Amino acid sequence: MRHTLSILVENRYGELARIVGLFSARGYNIESLTVAETLDPGISSVTLVTSGDDRTIEQIVKQVNKLVRVLDVTDLTSHSHFERELVLINVKTETNAAMQTVLSLVSRNHLRVVEVMEDGLIIEATGEWKQINSLVKELMPFGIRHIVRTGTVAVWKQPSAEVRDLVGAHRARQSGPPAEYSQEGNKP
Amino acid sequence: MPANTAEQPTTTGYLAPSNEPMRGARILLEALVREGVDTIFGYPGGAVLHIYDELVRMGPRLRHVLARHEQGAVHMAEGYSKATGKTGVVLVTSGPGATNTVTGIANAYMDSTPLVVITGQVPRKMIGTDAFQEVDTIGITRPCTKYNYMVRDVRELAGIVHEAFYLAASGRPGPVVIDVPKDVTAEKTVLGEPPALRLPGYRPSALAEQKQVRQALERVLAASRPVLYVGGGIVHSAACDELLALAHALHIPVTPTLMGLGCFPSAHPLSLGMLGMHGTYWANMAMTEADLILAIGVRFDDRVTGALEKFAPKAEIVHVDVDASSLGKNVPTDWPIEGDAKAVIQQMLDTLHASGCRPSPRRLDRWWRQIEAWKAQAPLTYTKSSQVIKPQQLCEELDRLTGGRAIVATDVGQHQMWLAQYYGFRSPRQLLTSGGLGAMGYGFPAALGAQIALPEHQVIAFVGDGGFQMTAQELATAVQYGTNTKIVIMNNNSLGMVRQWQELFYDENYSHVDMEWTPDFVKLAEAYGARGLRATDPEELGAVLEKGLATPGVVVMDIVVELEENVYPMIPPGAGINEMVLE
Repeated sequence: MRHTLSILVENRYGELARIVGLFSARGYNIESLTVAETLDPGISSVTLVTSGDDRTIEQIVKQVNKLVRVLDVTDLTSHSHFERELVLINVKTETNAAMQTVLSLVSRNHLRVVEVMEDGLIIEATGEWKQINSLVKELMPFGIRHIVRTGTVAVWKQPSAEVRDLVGAHRARQSGPPAEYSQEGNKP
Repeated sequence: MPANTAEQPTTTGYLAPSNEPMRGARILLEALVREGVDTIFGYPGGAVLHIYDELVRMGPRLRHVLARHEQGAVHMAEGYSKATGKTGVVLVTSGPGATNTVTGIANAYMDSTPLVVITGQVPRKMIGTDAFQEVDTIGITRPCTKYNYMVRDVRELAGIVHEAFYLAASGRPGPVVIDVPKDVTAEKTVLGEPPALRLPGYRPSALAEQKQVRQALERVLAASRPVLYVGGGIVHSAACDELLALAHALHIPVTPTLMGLGCFPSAHPLSLGMLGMHGTYWANMAMTEADLILAIGVRFDDRVTGALEKFAPKAEIVHVDVDASSLGKNVPTDWPIEGDAKAVIQQMLDTLHASGCRPSPRRLDRWWRQIEAWKAQAPLTYTKSSQVIKPQQLCEELDRLTGGRAIVATDVGQHQMWLAQYYGFRSPRQLLTSGGLGAMGYGFPAALGAQIALPEHQVIAFVGDGGFQMTAQELATAVQYGTNTKIVIMNNNSLGMVRQWQELFYDENYSHVDMEWTPDFVKLAEAYGARGLRATDPEELGAVLEKGLATPGVVVMDIVVELEENVYPMIPPGAGINEMVLE
């Protein structure tokens, strides 16, 4: 089964490599991976989609948690959350009819056209992983020249107090912009 | 130790001026001393020249043991650590110096040995340019270390050392690598006080939740066929006394893993001996028939469980471990308890005491009778010969001559298993062995490291002729430092365990397991300035061992044993642990 993990890790050199290396070394699958800073620049948020049975996922969560600089790992699949993925699709519309069909598909699905070319369109779409999959399937017959997906990002509906504190959301609301992350002793 | 003339010892020794800026090299060494380090094992090279330059200025405050190969240095540090419980320290150069340490680092990672390995690195500006003796040490060691550091600024150095020692020794111990670019060791800064640890994501567990402990204990007391399965975690958390008290209170059979040998006295009436692939028949049968397994400080390794689908089919499992990822990893656990072995066993004892419950030893009489029957059915045995020395006989003789009190280090293979079966380990930290990684070449340098830590103690490297040849060059180190290390080679002129598998599972199709040329180990010993002795006849075995063990200095005892002997009992690959081959 597909699981979406939300990982908070100290934003340091090489920490992502530890997470990715753990997956390859132990034979776990990474379906998608996104990484970016949180409100606290000292902490990165990783959304990682993987798959496996319950025991495998439990083991993955424990192994990631064991990494020294990982602050929190949550399997969002068991929490209320929202997932989105962004995709850019360069699709062929070589005939007028094709152009019309694709444009109506765009308007029906509330997508954006970011570039119109002579014989094609670049479409931007966001949605859940499954929605993106079916959009891609619908566009396939026209011919896709190039497609790039960002991978899933996910946000909790009710993050735990610990996570709220870690990502600095709480702090930011109360005291304006995030304080400079300090690494006493470990950063000059 | 080469005396240093530039810096004379003061009344307080070779103390560093505390508030003056000093080179990173000195900062590093001072930070080691501050962590209580008095001995490091190493090998110099280009990237660590500044460090070695400062090392001689440390004088007797920091002893350096010069190995003959970096692999030897790491195994020495492992033996030093395993025998004492202290963190072992290694210093090597960049490139090949670092890659040569990898076997030892991986070994320490598998067997949870606390090490701090300092590797030189090319100067920061040259990183990534394929410079001379450059290798991505951080990348190479990432999967086999608990954590690793690249020092990017000299001002970080002391803090990193402090953190590295904390990480190496706390929780589930393991190796930590610190990669230090050469120019960092040349830059100057002041040492200052060690900064406070800041590891928000690292929370090693100690106490377990009391409710879990009570529930687990209730299950243990309700069981009619319980087994206490214990391992290296007991040794690391120094929980042997607590374990003994718990076993007594519950009158429960105890079976240690290879890594746990000595954490519970082998000759104790409650001990079933080692379990697993070459464990005792009765220990493995007890695991198979048990209705409850209380597992503490173990990881349900495949050498213990055999075929997982046939493992302990009737047992409820209570598993206590400091590493949460060990819980439920290989075997589903009914009662997982995350916690330090010593703390959790103490919680169990306190809970038992507070409840006023005194479990009657008689309650398990039927279970004990069953275990005795298995013991009688298939005792550990072998047939002696008047022609040739049997390896089991060699282990028994060593046990007899040392009173079961020596520290013994082994490689991996037949000799390791026979020693585990026939040597009566009494105390923790007596057996130093490559368990998880199964590294040949570990035993002799590990014994040497232990001997350097404990010069008064009888330390024996018990190795095969194959494994000894992988790190035999450390004879020079053993002699140079005036140690009393004894090396007993169980010489069957063959890679015995591989041969055993080829005999049993590959229709005796022996492929490259016979050493067609082996050096004369007696002459080899003499070439290194050690003593060499040989026994080939069972009649002379006792006398040769006795003489060798009593002779001061480094002694190599080449004991030529029966080639055809196999290690039994044995769980064949793919079989359940109750499907042992007994002979």
